[in-house]
Amino acid sequence: MKKTCSSQDRSDRSPVGVEVAGLSKNYGTQTVLKDVSLSVKPGEIFVIMGPSGSGKSVLLRQIAGLETPTAGTARINGLDPTDPGTRDRFALALVFQAGALFNSLSVYDNLALYPLEHRLCPKPQIRERVMRALKILSLENAAKKFPSELSGGMKKRVAIARALVMEPQLLLYDEPTSELDPVMSATISEIIATLKQEFQVTSIVVSHDRDLAFTIADRVAILMKGSLRTVSTATELRGVTDPDVVDFLNPQIDLKNPRYQKLEAL
Amino acid sequence: MKHLNAIFEGLGSAVMLAYRAFVSLPSAPRIIKRVVEQAFIGGYNTLPIVAMLSFFIGAELALQSGISLQNFGAKQLIGTLVGESLVRELGPVMVAIMMAGRVASATTAELASMKVYQEIDALETMNIPPERFLVLPRLIAVLLYMPVLTMIGIVIGWFGGAVVCEYVNFIGVDSEQYFHSLTQFMTMSKVFDGLIKAEIFGFCVILIACNTGLRTRGGPREIGFAVTRSVVLSLISILILDYFITKALAL
Repeated sequence: MKKTCSSQDRSDRSPVGVEVAGLSKNYGTQTVLKDVSLSVKPGEIFVIMGPSGSGKSVLLRQIAGLETPTAGTARINGLDPTDPGTRDRFALALVFQAGALFNSLSVYDNLALYPLEHRLCPKPQIRERVMRALKILSLENAAKKFPSELSGGMKKRVAIARALVMEPQLLLYDEPTSELDPVMSATISEIIATLKQEFQVTSIVVSHDRDLAFTIADRVAILMKGSLRTVSTATELRGVTDPDVVDFLNPQIDLKNPRYQKLEAL
Repeated sequence: MKHLNAIFEGLGSAVMLAYRAFVSLPSAPRIIKRVVEQAFIGGYNTLPIVAMLSFFIGAELALQSGISLQNFGAKQLIGTLVGESLVRELGPVMVAIMMAGRVASATTAELASMKVYQEIDALETMNIPPERFLVLPRLIAVLLYMPVLTMIGIVIGWFGGAVVCEYVNFIGVDSEQYFHSLTQFMTMSKVFDGLIKAEIFGFCVILIACNTGLRTRGGPREIGFAVTRSVVLSLISILILDYFITKALAL
Protein backbone atom coordinates (compact mmCIF):
# COMPACT_ATOMS: atom_id res chain seq x y z
CA MET A 1 0.00 0.00 0.00
CA LYS A 2 1.35 3.42 -0.93
CA LYS A 3 1.94 5.62 2.06
CA THR A 4 0.17 8.95 1.62
CA CYS A 5 0.93 10.83 4.80
CA SER A 6 3.43 10.41 7.54
CA SER A 7 2.46 8.59 10.70
CA GLN A 8 3.31 10.41 13.90
CA ASP A 9 6.86 9.76 15.01
CA ARG A 10 7.14 6.68 12.85
CA SER A 11 10.01 7.68 10.64
CA ASP A 12 11.73 4.41 11.54
CA ARG A 13 9.87 1.96 9.33
CA SER A 14 12.40 -0.84 9.61
CA PRO A 15 10.86 -4.30 10.05
CA VAL A 16 9.76 -5.33 13.51
CA GLY A 17 10.64 -8.57 15.30
CA VAL A 18 8.76 -10.31 18.09
CA GLU A 19 10.32 -12.30 20.89
CA VAL A 20 8.29 -14.50 23.22
CA ALA A 21 10.25 -16.04 26.09
CA GLY A 22 8.98 -18.59 28.60
CA LEU A 23 5.47 -17.19 28.40
CA SER A 24 2.75 -18.77 30.53
CA LYS A 25 -0.80 -17.59 31.06
CA ASN A 26 -3.23 -18.74 33.73
CA TYR A 27 -6.85 -17.74 34.22
CA GLY A 28 -7.50 -18.60 37.84
CA THR A 29 -6.44 -22.22 38.22
CA GLN A 30 -6.65 -22.91 34.49
CA THR A 31 -3.34 -22.87 32.60
CA VAL A 32 -3.87 -21.80 29.00
CA LEU A 33 -0.27 -21.26 27.87
CA LYS A 34 2.71 -23.18 29.23
CA ASP A 35 6.24 -21.86 28.84
CA VAL A 36 5.90 -20.76 25.21
CA SER A 37 9.06 -19.40 23.59
CA LEU A 38 9.30 -18.32 19.98
CA SER A 39 10.92 -15.70 17.86
CA VAL A 40 9.33 -13.96 14.87
CA LYS A 41 11.89 -12.43 12.56
CA PRO A 42 11.41 -8.92 11.15
CA GLY A 43 9.30 -8.96 7.99
CA GLU A 44 8.32 -12.57 8.46
CA ILE A 45 4.89 -14.17 8.02
CA PHE A 46 4.52 -16.41 11.04
CA VAL A 47 1.47 -18.65 11.22
CA ILE A 48 0.33 -20.18 14.50
CA MET A 49 -1.84 -23.25 14.04
CA GLY A 50 -3.41 -25.62 16.51
CA PRO A 51 -6.67 -27.24 17.53
CA SER A 52 -9.49 -25.12 18.97
CA GLY A 53 -8.82 -24.19 22.59
CA SER A 54 -5.06 -24.65 22.32
CA GLY A 55 -4.36 -21.03 23.35
CA LYS A 56 -3.55 -19.47 19.96
CA SER A 57 -5.74 -16.38 20.41
CA VAL A 58 -4.56 -15.98 24.01
CA LEU A 59 -0.96 -15.98 22.78
CA LEU A 60 -1.88 -13.32 20.21
CA ARG A 61 -3.42 -11.16 22.98
CA GLN A 62 -0.17 -11.35 24.98
CA ILE A 63 1.83 -10.28 21.91
CA ALA A 64 -0.64 -7.44 21.27
CA GLY A 65 -0.20 -6.27 24.85
CA LEU A 66 -3.89 -6.66 25.67
CA GLU A 67 -3.06 -8.94 28.59
CA THR A 68 -0.08 -9.37 30.88
CA PRO A 69 1.47 -12.86 30.93
CA THR A 70 1.44 -14.78 34.22
CA ALA A 71 5.09 -15.62 33.63
CA GLY A 72 7.61 -14.89 30.89
CA THR A 73 7.63 -12.03 28.42
CA ALA A 74 6.49 -10.94 24.99
CA ARG A 75 8.57 -8.19 23.37
CA ILE A 76 8.29 -6.22 20.13
CA ASN A 77 11.76 -5.12 19.05
CA GLY A 78 12.72 -5.55 22.69
CA LEU A 79 9.90 -3.31 23.94
CA ASP A 80 6.96 -4.21 26.15
CA PRO A 81 3.71 -4.33 24.09
CA THR A 82 1.55 -3.46 27.11
CA ASP A 83 3.14 0.00 27.00
CA PRO A 84 0.93 2.20 24.77
CA GLY A 85 4.10 3.88 23.50
CA THR A 86 5.25 0.59 21.98
CA ARG A 87 1.93 0.03 20.21
CA ASP A 88 1.97 3.58 18.89
CA ARG A 89 5.57 3.41 17.73
CA PHE A 90 5.01 0.36 15.56
CA ALA A 91 1.33 1.03 14.76
CA LEU A 92 0.50 -2.45 15.93
CA ALA A 93 -2.77 -3.68 14.41
CA LEU A 94 -4.85 -6.66 15.40
CA VAL A 95 -7.57 -8.15 13.22
CA PHE A 96 -10.02 -9.75 15.63
CA GLN A 97 -11.76 -13.02 14.83
CA ALA A 98 -15.24 -11.48 14.96
CA GLY A 99 -14.09 -8.15 13.50
CA ALA A 100 -14.65 -6.06 16.66
CA LEU A 101 -16.02 -3.22 14.55
CA PHE A 102 -17.50 -0.22 16.32
CA ASN A 103 -21.23 -0.74 15.91
CA SER A 104 -22.12 2.91 16.38
CA LEU A 105 -19.84 3.99 13.51
CA SER A 106 -20.25 3.49 9.77
CA VAL A 107 -17.73 1.38 7.89
CA TYR A 108 -16.02 4.56 6.66
CA ASP A 109 -15.82 6.00 10.18
CA ASN A 110 -14.49 2.69 11.52
CA LEU A 111 -11.62 2.91 9.07
CA ALA A 112 -11.00 6.63 9.51
CA LEU A 113 -11.01 6.48 13.31
CA TYR A 114 -7.32 5.67 13.79
CA PRO A 115 -5.84 8.37 11.53
CA LEU A 116 -8.40 10.91 12.76
CA GLU A 117 -7.80 10.21 16.45
CA HIS A 118 -4.03 10.28 15.99
CA ARG A 119 -4.23 13.26 13.61
CA LEU A 120 -2.02 11.52 11.07
CA CYS A 121 -3.21 13.35 7.96
CA PRO A 122 -5.55 16.04 6.73
CA LYS A 123 -9.09 14.77 6.12
CA PRO A 124 -8.85 14.53 2.28
CA GLN A 125 -5.79 12.29 2.60
CA ILE A 126 -7.50 10.17 5.26
CA ARG A 127 -10.41 9.76 2.87
CA GLU A 128 -8.04 8.69 0.12
CA ARG A 129 -6.36 6.20 2.43
CA VAL A 130 -9.68 4.77 3.63
CA MET A 131 -11.12 4.46 0.14
CA ARG A 132 -7.99 2.67 -1.08
CA ALA A 133 -8.22 0.14 1.76
CA LEU A 134 -11.91 -0.41 1.01
CA LYS A 135 -11.11 -0.95 -2.67
CA ILE A 136 -8.44 -3.55 -1.89
CA LEU A 137 -11.01 -5.54 0.10
CA SER A 138 -13.79 -4.96 -2.53
CA LEU A 139 -15.83 -2.95 -0.04
CA GLU A 140 -16.30 0.35 -1.91
CA ASN A 141 -20.08 0.06 -1.74
CA ALA A 142 -20.11 -0.64 1.98
CA ALA A 143 -18.54 2.65 3.11
CA LYS A 144 -21.81 4.15 4.35
CA LYS A 145 -23.18 0.96 5.87
CA PHE A 146 -23.13 0.15 9.56
CA PRO A 147 -21.59 -3.09 10.90
CA SER A 148 -25.05 -4.46 11.75
CA GLU A 149 -25.89 -4.36 8.04
CA LEU A 150 -22.88 -6.49 7.04
CA SER A 151 -22.48 -10.26 6.72
CA GLY A 152 -19.90 -12.07 8.87
CA GLY A 153 -17.44 -12.24 5.98
CA MET A 154 -17.85 -8.55 5.17
CA LYS A 155 -17.21 -7.64 8.81
CA LYS A 156 -13.98 -9.61 8.65
CA ARG A 157 -12.93 -7.76 5.49
CA VAL A 158 -13.76 -4.40 7.06
CA ALA A 159 -11.63 -5.36 10.08
CA ILE A 160 -8.71 -6.14 7.77
CA ALA A 161 -9.27 -2.87 5.88
CA ARG A 162 -9.25 -1.01 9.21
CA ALA A 163 -5.89 -2.60 10.02
CA LEU A 164 -4.50 -1.65 6.59
CA VAL A 165 -5.47 2.00 7.13
CA MET A 166 -3.23 2.00 10.20
CA GLU A 167 -0.23 1.18 7.95
CA PRO A 168 1.15 -1.12 10.66
CA GLN A 169 4.64 -2.51 11.02
CA LEU A 170 3.30 -5.46 12.97
CA LEU A 171 -0.02 -6.96 11.94
CA LEU A 172 -1.66 -9.67 14.01
CA TYR A 173 -4.51 -11.68 12.54
CA ASP A 174 -6.88 -13.86 14.54
CA GLU A 175 -8.45 -16.33 12.11
CA PRO A 176 -8.48 -13.91 9.15
CA THR A 177 -9.99 -16.36 6.70
CA SER A 178 -12.69 -17.97 8.82
CA GLU A 179 -16.22 -17.29 7.50
CA LEU A 180 -14.79 -16.24 4.12
CA ASP A 181 -15.35 -17.94 0.80
CA PRO A 182 -12.31 -19.55 -0.92
CA VAL A 183 -11.85 -16.62 -3.32
CA MET A 184 -11.85 -14.05 -0.53
CA SER A 185 -9.59 -16.31 1.57
CA ALA A 186 -7.11 -16.34 -1.28
CA THR A 187 -7.36 -12.54 -1.54
CA ILE A 188 -6.59 -12.18 2.17
CA SER A 189 -3.59 -14.48 1.78
CA GLU A 190 -2.40 -12.34 -1.12
CA ILE A 191 -2.81 -9.16 0.93
CA ILE A 192 -0.75 -10.61 3.79
CA ALA A 193 1.97 -11.67 1.34
CA THR A 194 1.91 -8.29 -0.44
CA LEU A 195 2.28 -6.38 2.81
CA LYS A 196 5.38 -8.42 3.51
CA GLN A 197 6.89 -7.99 0.04
CA GLU A 198 6.23 -4.29 -0.41
CA PHE A 199 6.33 -2.88 3.10
CA GLN A 200 8.16 -5.54 5.14
CA VAL A 201 5.19 -5.75 7.50
CA THR A 202 5.72 -8.49 10.06
CA SER A 203 2.60 -10.66 10.24
CA ILE A 204 1.56 -13.15 12.88
CA VAL A 205 -1.44 -15.14 11.76
CA VAL A 206 -3.51 -17.42 13.95
CA SER A 207 -5.37 -19.74 11.64
CA HIS A 208 -6.83 -23.18 11.02
CA ASP A 209 -6.47 -22.60 7.29
CA ARG A 210 -3.84 -25.06 6.05
CA ASP A 211 -3.89 -23.57 2.55
CA LEU A 212 -3.00 -20.15 3.95
CA ALA A 213 -0.27 -21.61 6.15
CA PHE A 214 1.34 -23.70 3.45
CA THR A 215 1.06 -20.99 0.79
CA ILE A 216 2.28 -17.80 2.45
CA ALA A 217 3.87 -18.68 5.79
CA ASP A 218 7.61 -18.32 6.19
CA ARG A 219 7.32 -20.43 9.31
CA VAL A 220 4.51 -22.27 11.04
CA ALA A 221 4.18 -22.94 14.77
CA ILE A 222 1.93 -25.68 16.07
CA LEU A 223 0.42 -25.02 19.49
CA MET A 224 -1.30 -27.84 21.32
CA LYS A 225 -2.83 -27.73 24.81
CA GLY A 226 -0.97 -24.50 25.53
CA SER A 227 2.47 -25.83 24.59
CA LEU A 228 4.47 -25.20 21.48
CA ARG A 229 5.00 -28.51 19.65
CA THR A 230 7.01 -27.40 16.67
CA VAL A 231 8.18 -24.35 14.75
CA SER A 232 9.28 -25.00 11.19
CA THR A 233 8.90 -23.93 7.60
CA ALA A 234 5.88 -25.21 5.69
CA THR A 235 8.10 -27.64 3.78
CA GLU A 236 9.70 -28.99 6.94
CA LEU A 237 6.25 -29.31 8.52
CA ARG A 238 5.24 -31.93 5.96
CA GLY A 239 8.04 -34.14 7.28
CA VAL A 240 7.20 -33.78 10.99
CA THR A 241 6.68 -37.15 12.69
CA ASP A 242 4.95 -36.04 15.92
CA PRO A 243 1.72 -38.11 15.72
CA ASP A 244 -0.45 -35.35 17.25
CA VAL A 245 0.82 -32.81 14.72
CA VAL A 246 0.37 -35.29 11.87
CA ASP A 247 -3.19 -36.04 13.03
CA PHE A 248 -3.96 -32.33 13.28
CA LEU A 249 -2.59 -31.51 9.83
CA ASN A 250 -4.06 -34.57 8.10
CA PRO A 251 -7.34 -35.37 9.79
CA GLN A 252 -8.90 -38.62 8.57
CA ILE A 253 -12.60 -39.27 8.61
CA ASP A 254 -12.90 -42.84 9.80
CA LEU A 255 -16.50 -44.02 9.82
CA LYS A 256 -15.49 -47.10 11.82
CA ASN A 257 -14.37 -44.82 14.64
CA PRO A 258 -16.36 -45.61 17.83
CA ARG A 259 -17.36 -41.91 17.94
CA TYR A 260 -19.42 -42.28 14.75
CA GLN A 261 -20.89 -45.59 15.89
CA LYS A 262 -22.22 -43.85 19.00
CA LEU A 263 -23.80 -41.21 16.79
CA GLU A 264 -25.40 -43.91 14.67
CA ALA A 265 -26.89 -45.47 17.80
CA LEU A 266 -28.60 -42.17 18.52
CA MET B 1 -15.13 -9.71 53.62
CA LYS B 2 -15.45 -10.73 49.97
CA HIS B 3 -18.22 -8.15 49.41
CA LEU B 4 -16.21 -5.47 51.20
CA ASN B 5 -13.25 -6.19 48.93
CA ALA B 6 -15.49 -5.94 45.88
CA ILE B 7 -16.87 -2.58 47.06
CA PHE B 8 -13.38 -1.12 47.60
CA GLU B 9 -12.16 -2.60 44.33
CA GLY B 10 -15.05 -1.02 42.46
CA LEU B 11 -14.57 2.30 44.23
CA GLY B 12 -10.85 2.29 43.47
CA SER B 13 -11.34 1.47 39.81
CA ALA B 14 -14.01 4.20 39.48
CA VAL B 15 -11.62 6.77 40.96
CA MET B 16 -8.85 5.60 38.63
CA LEU B 17 -11.22 5.74 35.67
CA ALA B 18 -12.15 9.34 36.48
CA TYR B 19 -8.48 10.21 36.90
CA ARG B 20 -7.50 8.62 33.57
CA ALA B 21 -10.41 10.33 31.84
CA PHE B 22 -9.50 13.78 33.15
CA VAL B 23 -5.81 13.27 32.41
CA SER B 24 -6.84 13.29 28.75
CA LEU B 25 -8.71 16.58 29.23
CA PRO B 26 -6.21 18.51 27.07
CA SER B 27 -7.57 16.54 24.11
CA ALA B 28 -11.08 17.86 24.85
CA PRO B 29 -11.33 19.94 21.64
CA ARG B 30 -11.08 16.66 19.72
CA ILE B 31 -14.11 15.20 21.46
CA ILE B 32 -16.52 18.16 21.18
CA LYS B 33 -18.65 16.29 18.65
CA ARG B 34 -19.01 13.30 20.99
CA VAL B 35 -19.77 15.58 23.97
CA VAL B 36 -22.62 17.18 22.00
CA GLU B 37 -23.85 13.73 20.95
CA GLN B 38 -23.84 12.51 24.57
CA ALA B 39 -25.53 15.70 25.79
CA PHE B 40 -28.26 15.07 23.23
CA ILE B 41 -28.69 11.40 24.20
CA GLY B 42 -28.47 11.97 27.95
CA GLY B 43 -29.92 15.44 28.35
CA TYR B 44 -32.29 16.27 25.55
CA ASN B 45 -33.81 12.79 25.28
CA THR B 46 -34.34 12.60 29.05
CA LEU B 47 -36.07 15.99 29.19
CA PRO B 48 -39.66 14.81 28.43
CA ILE B 49 -39.55 12.18 31.19
CA VAL B 50 -38.00 14.62 33.66
CA ALA B 51 -40.64 17.23 32.77
CA MET B 52 -43.53 14.83 33.26
CA LEU B 53 -42.14 13.38 36.47
CA SER B 54 -41.32 16.80 37.93
CA PHE B 55 -44.77 18.15 37.15
CA PHE B 56 -46.45 15.34 39.07
CA ILE B 57 -43.95 15.48 41.95
CA GLY B 58 -44.70 19.19 42.34
CA ALA B 59 -48.42 18.51 42.10
CA GLU B 60 -48.29 15.64 44.61
CA LEU B 61 -46.19 17.70 46.99
CA ALA B 62 -48.66 20.59 46.85
CA LEU B 63 -51.58 18.23 47.40
CA GLN B 64 -50.02 16.45 50.38
CA SER B 65 -48.72 19.60 52.00
CA GLY B 66 -52.06 21.30 51.34
CA ILE B 67 -53.88 18.56 53.28
CA SER B 68 -51.37 18.65 56.16
CA LEU B 69 -50.91 22.42 56.42
CA GLN B 70 -54.69 22.96 56.36
CA ASN B 71 -54.83 21.41 59.85
CA PHE B 72 -52.44 24.07 61.15
CA GLY B 73 -53.99 26.93 59.22
CA ALA B 74 -50.74 27.43 57.33
CA LYS B 75 -51.96 26.83 53.77
CA GLN B 76 -50.26 30.01 52.59
CA LEU B 77 -46.88 28.28 53.13
CA ILE B 78 -47.54 25.59 50.48
CA GLY B 79 -45.47 27.55 47.96
CA THR B 80 -42.49 27.76 50.31
CA LEU B 81 -42.66 24.07 51.12
CA VAL B 82 -42.99 22.92 47.50
CA GLY B 83 -40.35 25.39 46.31
CA GLU B 84 -37.73 24.47 48.89
CA SER B 85 -38.37 20.73 48.73
CA LEU B 86 -37.92 20.72 44.98
CA VAL B 87 -34.86 22.96 44.93
CA ARG B 88 -32.93 21.40 47.78
CA GLU B 89 -33.96 17.77 47.65
CA LEU B 90 -36.52 16.31 45.30
CA GLY B 91 -35.44 18.08 42.11
CA PRO B 92 -31.80 16.92 42.10
CA VAL B 93 -32.61 13.49 43.55
CA MET B 94 -35.44 12.70 41.14
CA VAL B 95 -33.48 13.86 38.09
CA ALA B 96 -30.53 11.74 39.25
CA ILE B 97 -32.82 8.73 39.70
CA MET B 98 -34.14 9.28 36.18
CA MET B 99 -30.56 9.46 34.96
CA ALA B 100 -29.74 6.19 36.72
CA GLY B 101 -32.73 4.44 35.19
CA ARG B 102 -32.42 5.81 31.71
CA VAL B 103 -28.91 7.07 30.90
CA ALA B 104 -26.78 4.94 33.25
CA SER B 105 -28.45 1.71 32.16
CA ALA B 106 -27.99 2.56 28.48
CA THR B 107 -24.38 3.62 29.03
CA THR B 108 -23.51 0.43 30.91
CA ALA B 109 -25.23 -1.73 28.31
CA GLU B 110 -23.33 -0.01 25.50
CA LEU B 111 -19.90 -0.15 27.14
CA ALA B 112 -20.42 -3.70 28.45
CA SER B 113 -21.35 -4.95 24.99
CA MET B 114 -18.33 -3.12 23.55
CA LYS B 115 -16.20 -4.92 26.12
CA VAL B 116 -17.75 -8.32 25.50
CA TYR B 117 -17.51 -7.98 21.71
CA GLN B 118 -13.85 -6.83 21.89
CA GLU B 119 -14.48 -3.28 20.66
CA ILE B 120 -12.64 -1.98 23.74
CA ASP B 121 -9.70 -4.25 22.91
CA ALA B 122 -9.77 -2.89 19.37
CA LEU B 123 -9.57 0.67 20.73
CA GLU B 124 -6.63 -0.29 22.93
CA THR B 125 -4.68 -1.87 20.09
CA MET B 126 -5.34 1.31 18.08
CA ASN B 127 -3.88 3.22 21.03
CA ILE B 128 -7.09 5.16 21.51
CA PRO B 129 -7.69 5.19 25.28
CA PRO B 130 -11.32 4.20 26.02
CA GLU B 131 -11.21 6.70 28.88
CA ARG B 132 -10.70 9.53 26.39
CA PHE B 133 -12.87 8.18 23.61
CA LEU B 134 -15.83 6.85 25.61
CA VAL B 135 -15.74 8.09 29.21
CA LEU B 136 -14.56 11.71 29.04
CA PRO B 137 -17.26 12.87 26.57
CA ARG B 138 -19.95 11.36 28.81
CA LEU B 139 -18.54 12.95 31.96
CA ILE B 140 -18.20 16.40 30.37
CA ALA B 141 -21.68 16.10 28.85
CA VAL B 142 -23.32 15.18 32.16
CA LEU B 143 -21.62 18.10 33.91
CA LEU B 144 -23.08 20.39 31.23
CA TYR B 145 -26.64 19.11 31.03
CA MET B 146 -27.32 17.98 34.58
CA PRO B 147 -27.81 21.50 36.08
CA VAL B 148 -29.92 22.53 33.10
CA LEU B 149 -32.07 19.41 33.32
CA THR B 150 -32.45 19.83 37.09
CA MET B 151 -33.39 23.50 36.83
CA ILE B 152 -36.00 22.74 34.18
CA GLY B 153 -37.34 19.93 36.37
CA ILE B 154 -37.54 22.21 39.41
CA VAL B 155 -39.39 24.97 37.55
CA ILE B 156 -41.86 22.49 36.01
CA GLY B 157 -42.39 21.01 39.50
CA TRP B 158 -43.19 24.47 40.82
CA PHE B 159 -45.81 24.86 38.10
CA GLY B 160 -47.20 21.41 38.94
CA GLY B 161 -47.74 22.67 42.48
CA ALA B 162 -49.33 25.88 41.18
CA VAL B 163 -51.82 23.93 39.04
CA VAL B 164 -52.94 21.89 42.06
CA CYS B 165 -53.28 24.99 44.24
CA GLU B 166 -55.29 26.76 41.53
CA TYR B 167 -57.64 23.93 40.57
CA VAL B 168 -58.07 21.74 43.67
CA ASN B 169 -60.87 23.43 45.54
CA PHE B 170 -60.28 22.31 49.12
CA ILE B 171 -56.72 23.71 49.12
CA GLY B 172 -57.99 27.13 48.30
CA VAL B 173 -54.70 28.88 47.57
CA ASP B 174 -54.49 30.75 44.28
CA SER B 175 -51.38 30.59 42.14
CA GLU B 176 -50.48 34.21 42.87
CA GLN B 177 -50.36 33.46 46.59
CA TYR B 178 -48.50 30.24 45.90
CA PHE B 179 -45.75 31.93 43.88
CA HIS B 180 -45.53 34.78 46.36
CA SER B 181 -44.89 32.29 49.17
CA LEU B 182 -42.50 30.32 46.95
CA THR B 183 -40.31 33.29 46.05
CA GLN B 184 -40.46 34.92 49.49
CA PHE B 185 -37.92 32.52 51.05
CA MET B 186 -36.15 31.36 47.91
CA THR B 187 -32.55 32.50 47.58
CA MET B 188 -29.92 31.98 44.92
CA SER B 189 -27.73 30.06 47.36
CA LYS B 190 -30.50 27.47 47.86
CA VAL B 191 -30.80 27.03 44.09
CA PHE B 192 -27.02 26.81 43.84
CA ASP B 193 -26.91 24.12 46.56
CA GLY B 194 -29.47 22.09 44.61
CA LEU B 195 -27.50 22.40 41.41
CA ILE B 196 -24.26 21.37 43.16
CA LYS B 197 -26.05 18.25 44.35
CA ALA B 198 -27.29 17.56 40.83
CA GLU B 199 -23.78 17.93 39.38
CA ILE B 200 -22.31 15.48 41.91
CA PHE B 201 -25.13 12.96 41.45
CA GLY B 202 -24.92 13.12 37.66
CA PHE B 203 -21.14 12.76 37.64
CA CYS B 204 -21.24 9.76 40.01
CA VAL B 205 -24.06 8.05 38.13
CA ILE B 206 -22.23 8.27 34.80
CA LEU B 207 -18.90 7.30 36.36
CA ILE B 208 -20.48 4.21 37.95
CA ALA B 209 -22.18 3.36 34.65
CA CYS B 210 -18.94 3.64 32.66
CA ASN B 211 -16.88 1.79 35.26
CA THR B 212 -19.37 -1.07 35.52
CA GLY B 213 -19.59 -1.34 31.74
CA LEU B 214 -15.85 -1.37 31.20
CA ARG B 215 -15.30 -3.94 33.97
CA THR B 216 -17.71 -6.43 32.42
CA ARG B 217 -16.19 -9.85 31.75
CA GLY B 218 -17.63 -12.87 30.03
CA GLY B 219 -20.45 -13.24 27.55
CA PRO B 220 -23.73 -11.52 26.63
CA ARG B 221 -25.41 -12.71 29.86
CA GLU B 222 -22.99 -10.53 31.82
CA ILE B 223 -24.26 -7.43 30.00
CA GLY B 224 -27.64 -7.79 31.70
CA PHE B 225 -26.02 -8.34 35.10
CA ALA B 226 -23.80 -5.30 34.55
CA VAL B 227 -26.80 -3.09 33.77
CA THR B 228 -28.62 -4.22 36.91
CA ARG B 229 -25.49 -3.72 39.01
CA SER B 230 -24.95 -0.26 37.56
CA VAL B 231 -28.51 0.95 38.24
CA VAL B 232 -28.58 -0.46 41.78
CA LEU B 233 -25.16 1.01 42.62
CA SER B 234 -26.20 4.37 41.17
CA LEU B 235 -29.39 4.49 43.25
CA ILE B 236 -27.55 3.54 46.44
CA SER B 237 -24.84 6.13 45.74
CA ILE B 238 -27.41 8.88 45.11
CA LEU B 239 -29.07 8.31 48.47
CA ILE B 240 -25.83 7.98 50.42
CA LEU B 241 -24.27 11.02 48.73
CA ASP B 242 -27.47 12.99 49.28
CA TYR B 243 -27.10 12.66 53.05
CA PHE B 244 -23.46 13.71 53.12
CA ILE B 245 -23.84 16.59 50.65
CA THR B 246 -26.86 17.92 52.53
CA LYS B 247 -24.86 17.75 55.75
CA ALA B 248 -21.85 19.43 54.16
CA LEU B 249 -23.94 22.21 52.61
CA ALA B 250 -25.78 22.81 55.89
CA LEU B 251 -22.54 23.48 57.76
